Order: sequence, then C-alpha cells, then structure tokens
Amino acid sequence: MPPRHYLNNGYGISSWLLTRDHKRIALLYLASITLFFFVGGAFAVLIRLELATPAGDLVSDETYNKLFTLHGVMMVFFFLIPSIPATLGNFLVPIMIGAKDLAFPKLNLASWYIYVLGGVFTLYALVAGGVDTGWTFYTPFSTVSSTTNVIPTALGVFITGFSSILTGLNFIVTTHRMRAPGMTWFRMPLFMWSMYATSLIMVLGTPVIAITILLVAVERLFHFGFFDPRLGGDPVLFQHLFWFYSHPAVYIMVLPSMGVVSELVAAFCRKQVFGYSFVAFASLGIAVLGFLVWGHHMFVAGQSVYAALVFSILSFLVAIPSAIKVFNWTATMYRGSISWQTPMLYAIGFIGLFTIGGLTGLFLAAVGLDVHVTDTYFIIAHFHYIMVGGTLMGYLGGLHYWWPKISGRLYPEFLAKLSAGIIFLGFNLTFFPQFLLGYLGMPRRYHAYPPEFQVLNVLSSAGASILGVGYLLPMLYLMWSLRYGRISGANPWGAVGLEWTIASPPPTENFSETPIVTWDAYDYRKPVAGHVA
Amino acid sequence: MLPDAAGHASPHGDRAHHPALAHHFDNLAQQSEAATLGMWVFLVTEVLFFGGLFVTYAVYRRLYPAAFAAGSHELDVTLGSINTIVLITSSLTMALGVHAAQMGERKLLMAFLAVTLILGAAFLGIKSVEYYHKFVEHHVPGPAFQFEKEHIRHAQIFFSLYFIMTGVHALHMVIGLGIMLVMFWLAWRGAITPEYYSPIEVSGLYWHFVDIVWIFLFPLLYLLGRHG
Repeated sequence: MPPRHYLNNGYGISSWLLTRDHKRIALLYLASITLFFFVGGAFAVLIRLELATPAGDLVSDETYNKLFTLHGVMMVFFFLIPSIPATLGNFLVPIMIGAKDLAFPKLNLASWYIYVLGGVFTLYALVAGGVDTGWTFYTPFSTVSSTTNVIPTALGVFITGFSSILTGLNFIVTTHRMRAPGMTWFRMPLFMWSMYATSLIMVLGTPVIAITILLVAVERLFHFGFFDPRLGGDPVLFQHLFWFYSHPAVYIMVLPSMGVVSELVAAFCRKQVFGYSFVAFASLGIAVLGFLVWGHHMFVAGQSVYAALVFSILSFLVAIPSAIKVFNWTATMYRGSISWQTPMLYAIGFIGLFTIGGLTGLFLAAVGLDVHVTDTYFIIAHFHYIMVGGTLMGYLGGLHYWWPKISGRLYPEFLAKLSAGIIFLGFNLTFFPQFLLGYLGMPRRYHAYPPEFQVLNVLSSAGASILGVGYLLPMLYLMWSLRYGRISGANPWGAVGLEWTIASPPPTENFSETPIVTWDAYDYRKPVAGHVA
Repeated sequence: MLPDAAGHASPHGDRAHHPALAHHFDNLAQQSEAATLGMWVFLVTEVLFFGGLFVTYAVYRRLYPAAFAAGSHELDVTLGSINTIVLITSSLTMALGVHAAQMGERKLLMAFLAVTLILGAAFLGIKSVEYYHKFVEHHVPGPAFQFEKEHIRHAQIFFSLYFIMTGVHALHMVIGLGIMLVMFWLAWRGAITPEYYSPIEVSGLYWHFVDIVWIFLFPLLYLLGRHG
C-alpha cells in the first residue's frame, strides 16, 4: 500500500463529516445507501413471509400496505437512484477523466447531507407508524383518504431529490470542464457517457417530481386543490406529472449499471468495446427517449386512446438503444480473451437478466397485453428484473471490480464467485414465478390470495431467502477484506483506464500531476502499465 | 470540441496563487467557466421545476377559463404592475452591478447590490400586502374560501395555483436576497476583482431567472380576461 492515501489522510470523525474529497464522500454514500438497502430489504422479507401462505395471517392488510410502500420508497429513492452514481460515480468520475475532484466539492458534500436529511424524514415516517400510499403517492388517496404519515414521507422524497439534482449538476459540469488535456469526449470510458446521460435525467426529471410531491403535501396540509376531484381537479394530471419523472427514473437506475457493464466486459475480455460510439450514443438515446414514454404507466388510467397509441410506439423505440448495448457487449465478448472473475460473472448476469426484463418490457408496451397484466405480479416481476437483475447486478459487479481501487485490498475470490452464483439463482427463483403468477392473474399489493397461487408464491419466498443470503455475504466479506484482504496493488485486473494508473487506494489529490491522454478508451493492444498480477 | 481543454494549458501559471482559486482547478478561467455552467444547469432544473406548475396551470385554465378569469379579476393589478416594475428595475441594477464588478468599481458594485437588495425586499413587502388582502377577503383555498357561487369550486383551483406559484417564486426571492447579502459582504471585503467576479456574475444569472419567472406569472395570473 502507498504510505499516503485518501483513507489515512486524517482519521477523526470530522475528517469524514467535513471532507470535500469525492472519494470519501463516495464512501459516506456507500455506508448510507447500504443502510437503506437493508432496511428496504427487511420490508421485502416481511412481504415474502406473509405471501408464503394464501391467508393474510402474518400481518394485517393495513400493515401490509405499509410494508410494500416503505419497501418501495426506501429502495427506489434511497437506494437504487443514488446507488451507482453517488458511490461509484462519485469515486470514479473525476479519476476517469484525470481531474483532482468534482467541479464543486462543497456542493458534493452538501448533497450527501441533503440525502441524509431526506432519509431522516422518511425514517421518521417509518417509526411514527408508516405510510400506506404505495411509493407512487397516487391522489386522491394520498391527499384525502390516507390517514398515515404521507407528509413526512413526501418531504423526505422531496428533499432527497435535491441531492440527486446536485449530483447530476456536479457530474455534468465536471465532464464539460474538468477533463484532462487530450481526454476528448470520444476517449472517455463508456461509464462516463452513462454517468453523463444519467445526470441529464437527474437534472431534467427530478425537479418535476419535486414540485409534484410538493403539490401533494400542500394539498394535504392546507386543503388546497390541485388534484382534488371535488373541486374539479384531475387525479390523472398527478399521474402524468409523477411518471414524467418516475419513468425516466428507471433509466437513472439502469443507465449507470450499463456503464459499469461496459467497463467490466472490456476489462475481462481484454478488448475494446465493440461499436464504442454506438454504445455511447445509445446512453444518450435512452436518456432522451426515456422522457417520452411515461404514458405507458397509464394505459388503464383514463388517458386518451390516441395518447396510449403514441406512448406505446415510443415505448417500443426504447428497445433499440437498449438492444444496441446488449448486442455490442455480446459482440465484445465474441473472440475476446474472457476471464471469469467475479465482476465478469455479474456482468454476464446483468446481460441475461436485463434482456429478460427488457423483453417483458416490450410486452408491457403493447397496449392490449398491458391492460391484461396491469397491476399484477407480471409488472412486479418485470421491473424487478430491470431494477434488481439490472441495477443491482451492475452495482455489485462494479463494487467488486473497483473494490481494490477503493480499499487497496482484494476481496476473497471464491466466496465472491459463490455469492454471485447464489444471487443469480436466488434472484431467478424469486422473480420468475412472479411472471407466471401475474399472467395467471394474481394482483399486486394484496396480502391474501387464492390457494391455487400458493406453490408459485412459496417458490418465490424460498428464492427470496436465498437471495437474502446472497446479499449478506458480500457485505460481510467486503468488510472483512478491509482489514484482512490481500494487498491489491495499483492494477490487479491488468485493466486500462486512468483509475488503474494511480495507486490503490489513490492519494487525496488523485494525480500528482495532470495526466495527458494520448490513447483511446480500452486500448488493450499495448502492454498494460502497472500490472503485477 | 469545446474550449475547455484550453483551461489546462498552464497548471501552475502566474495566477495559480490567486486567493480565490480552489485547489482542484488549474486556473481562474476554468473555475469561472465551471461556476457559470453550473448555474446554467441549475437554471435548467429550475425551468423544469416551475414547468410542472405551468403545465398544471395550463391544463386547468383550458378546462375552466371562466373561473380563471373571475379569479384573476380579484387580483390587484395595480400592486402587481408596481411589483413588475420594481423587479425589472432590480434586474437592471443587478446587470449594472455585474458591469461594475468587471470594471473593478468596488463602491459602485456595493451601491448597485444594495439597491437590488432594497428593490427585492420591496417586492416581497408588496407581495405580503397582497397576500394579506386575499386572506381578509377569504380567497385562500380551503374550508373558509368564499367566492361567487357559480365558480366557487374551480376558483379554488385558480387560487391554489396563484398561491403556490407566487409562493414558490417568493421563496426564490428570499433565497436571492440571502445571496445578495453574501455578495455585498464579498464586495465589501474586497474579494471581487476584475480578474475574479464569477460569484457576482453567477448570482446575477440567478436573479435574472427569478425575474423572468415573474414576467410569465404576472400576465398568466393578473391579466386574464382583461383584454377586448
């Protein structure tokens, strides 16, 4: 290990809580999103326990409503959305372009505090008795009918949105203004392109949900009328505004993961990513198209038939850039020199699961089929394939790949491969039966169901317990490796990219002198510097 | 390609020791460009933030034009017009302040910032008088709302939008006043120089944006149904 690095540059609590180092802020985020992941996961455990039997016997229906609401709110707003951008993105964006830090380090720290503040409000709502609106806050239930803690939850989501906006803003300015000499746009790693595309969505989409949630809170608090049908207000307008952000939010979750997968596939196939510029533009294409498809969440909500048709066609279009990525990763692997290390297992897992999630997304973009499966477990299975099978696989793959850079130590490879396998198996066992359940007609958001659905539900619950073990393992061995892991050296994978040219863990200022870039991304034809493994 | 790579030409050039230069920038030009771009991106966010309100407004105005016209007639056009003039004037003094900062006229800059501050505060004062009148006249939506029978439901939507739109705008004004105070303090300390006046420029961008929002709010809320 290098004698001086960002981890031993100051030890006290204040050296962390007042830090402006993007690498330390990334770790602050890592700790806090992990907390929310396990809180959100605990709710999932209770949901799956309840659904192991057809009768609503473990919790009451009111409690069940709160369980799936809190699971959704915690996972979507406090884990999935910040997951890769705020941790790996924060750590890597400046390093990958040869900068000393993000453009606005104080703003970066502020965005973490804003995230924590939003989290405190939401946790308050949790201990004060929970909230039962679903993570979608549909009106008029959220504004008039619900008697639970809607306002603290809404404020929590509102506040944490600004942390997302500020992170996106920081990344955009950093990408434009902080690139090292010679680091042109088309020499940037594809992770940077996906971070840039994600940041665009964060900056353009998040303010819309912020104002929408604010309107809900004001309507509930002061009896104003924005969506109240008694005054002539339109609840469908709320849904339009909500999904204008919340559909693109899916791409906030999955685009970063796609960026990670591009890095992993190149590094573990020892090849330049096939069709680099297509993959880069596909990220931007997904970001742009993502804003034009929100109506596919509202096929049964009373929007016009013509609107539904247009939204349906536009939703099909998203398949094009997504498929470009999948095909290009596969083409990169073709005749590559593939090494089957843990991050690559996650990358392959991502490609497979994302493909299933994406294809079922096409089913749902077709109006006729969507009407049949709306609000069933088919939807649940579909978006978990994207968000868990996609985002989480990419996140874990990236975390393993860059863990030696972050910590300076290697994780135990055998255990890591084992848990990657457990997660893949557990995931499919949990969520594949839900496709069948949904197609057979089991609705979402009920705590009891007809007995003929029990076999598939038990399979799903069994899968969830396997999945739970799979998630606990990495948390344990990664923490173990912080102290006992083997020293990794600067470049354990023999990968290219600026982050592998500096020490592990990196010094606080990243680069002792600004690098001058004269090569393209993923240039695996030349011998790799600093590779000792 | 963008001119940003030029910012890296002299990593430790003559101006590297300027007190305002942050450690992670190569020079002041790069730092100022980053700040300006950051503010523009933030303003894009703000456009989308207010955009949600404008869309809501457009939908309901299309549905209930008569109630919106009736609601609009209850607003005080005189005070609204005065406020419009006050705010446009404050944008002028802000722009003059940025110019003074570029020229290195410290006293002039402080004077313009002070006038901008006073005009901004005057706007908020007049706005609170208007709010007070609406409160007395029972035009605040909710159980106590009173209005002519024909429009009593839909007019509540109009007034809900009136309060949230002008309220969110006023909140931006309050934040703007806070920024102006900080800028005044920076100018007073002598931290603003012709080499480095980025904070003033960026604050000016914000101030003008908040001004422009009002330029849209005023006709949409106050002047409905007054033509022809």
